[in-house]
Amino acid sequence: MSVSKAKKPMTLESLLPKIVLAPTTAVMLVCMYGFMIWTGALSFTKSRMLPQWDFVGFDQYAKLFANPRWDVALNNLVVFGVLFIAVSLLLGLFLAILLDQKIRLEGTLRTIYLYPMAVSFVVTGTAWKWILNPGLGLEKLVRDLGFENFEFRWLVEQDMAIYTIVIAAVWQSSGFVMAMFLAGLRGVDDSLIKAAEIDGASKMKAYWYVILPILRPVFFSAIVILSHIAIKSFDLVQALTGGGPGYASDLPANFMYTYAFNRAQMGVGASSAMIMLMGVLAIIVPYLYSELRGGKNGR
Amino acid sequence: MVANRSFNLGRLFIYGCLFAFALFYLAPLYVMLTTSFKDIEEIRSGNLLALPQDPTLYAWIKAWSSACTGSECQGLAPFFMNSVKVVVPAVILSTVIGALNGYVLSKWRFRGSDLMFGMLLFGCFIPFQVILLPMARLLAELGLANTVTGLVLVHVIYGVAFTTLFFRNFYVSVPTELVKAAQLDGASFFQIFRHIFLPVSLPIFTVTIIWQFTQIWNDFLFGVVYSGPGTQPITVALNNLVNTSMGGKEYNVDMAAAVIAALPTLLVYIFAGKYFVRGLTAGAVKG
Repeated sequence: MSVSKAKKPMTLESLLPKIVLAPTTAVMLVCMYGFMIWTGALSFTKSRMLPQWDFVGFDQYAKLFANPRWDVALNNLVVFGVLFIAVSLLLGLFLAILLDQKIRLEGTLRTIYLYPMAVSFVVTGTAWKWILNPGLGLEKLVRDLGFENFEFRWLVEQDMAIYTIVIAAVWQSSGFVMAMFLAGLRGVDDSLIKAAEIDGASKMKAYWYVILPILRPVFFSAIVILSHIAIKSFDLVQALTGGGPGYASDLPANFMYTYAFNRAQMGVGASSAMIMLMGVLAIIVPYLYSELRGGKNGR
Repeated sequence: MVANRSFNLGRLFIYGCLFAFALFYLAPLYVMLTTSFKDIEEIRSGNLLALPQDPTLYAWIKAWSSACTGSECQGLAPFFMNSVKVVVPAVILSTVIGALNGYVLSKWRFRGSDLMFGMLLFGCFIPFQVILLPMARLLAELGLANTVTGLVLVHVIYGVAFTTLFFRNFYVSVPTELVKAAQLDGASFFQIFRHIFLPVSLPIFTVTIIWQFTQIWNDFLFGVVYSGPGTQPITVALNNLVNTSMGGKEYNVDMAAAVIAALPTLLVYIFAGKYFVRGLTAGAVKG
């Protein structure tokens, strides 16, 4: 479909498209791919405060995986990732199906469900930190209602802090999943449900057997996007728990930041960043592959 | 809920659920706002959901002009300005570059341009942790460490992948015949862009600008890594304010500060929600 013709003489005009694209290409090659390689190389050196190029093989990775704090961060990522994705998907789908029942005020409700997506994770973290405040927040509210012994102090409990991050992240992102599913549902032909109902299926069954399979690509995209958000999560932890108590609610991104910038352990920081990259690649490459293959005919 | 025949238990359940969840999403905003208008006495004695008995602007004034964000106590005002100084040039530059890139990648493809686009698309996904360290070195080399200019540069570099994607996907749908006809009439590369593409571009410019504005205003990672004491954006300052414990904790000031930090993007969402959602789906699903 390209307009430029190959056989034209080399004029400035014919070179313009390349000239326009050149700066972005150069910057992309250096600042994305070059930097990725640089970080990769750094992860094989014993750099601490400053980069230095004494190669030590996989030592930094060995150090990384022997570090209990990294262990906690990885475990947290699994717990957080699974719960965050599962709850956001279920809630998003549930709300989308309800909203698809010819609801009055649909526009207003949609706006309400989606607004958290417009605010920063730091704001979200700050708000939930106050709501979950042991002593003055939710705990006090419920106690004032008469449940004098009610306890809710996940924010300061080693084992539970990570779940507060799940709550806040679901609050922020589930509306977005709702919007994706709703868009998907709007693309489904109404007559399909009617046909299923005529065949005697209940509405519930019609959704389960007819609609959900059609929405498979939306599930797929939503899972990819949510896992991407999960792996990159940094600000929310920083604002809500600061990774604490201790480092009980650290995620890999917080680990990387702490080691690379606060503890002058550049090699460890770089190796943790590379592991994060691998994680993202494992999710993104199959996704991009199927997207690009399926989308060849111009989107 | 006046509908006569469809009003039954099922409908009641649906509306009940929808409104219950609306409350769940609204609750944090409600709590932030009400807390920000209370004084600290009332916060300690009352509860989370109570309306302020005696509304005061104390927390707002303090959050804006005198709250401590680390060692200095000038409130959020200077940091709000820092964010503005970063956001405005970064949004304009990344949008303009993205528009031109998208124009080339959709209508002036050449050998290698598809590969370039693929590589750029991939760049939308990389976790920024893999570029943080070398970028810090580069900024230091350029003398831009801890400067607003440095932060603008970083946001432009990593924002262009998204803006290019937006424009490219939008311009693909402009008929190629139009471009060919204009070429036959002797129109140049930039003339075609100016007279055929720009006039139809308002929606995509709106979507892109809103997307970039939201992303950059809400950014915390680049801000915390690449800014110094005087150049921190508002998200970093908010985090410092909340985590600075000088004297008693003032939750009302924290909440006022959080609302101040959220206000610009919230306003954009309220007034241009349609475009915001469009960017979200275009940016997130495709990138």
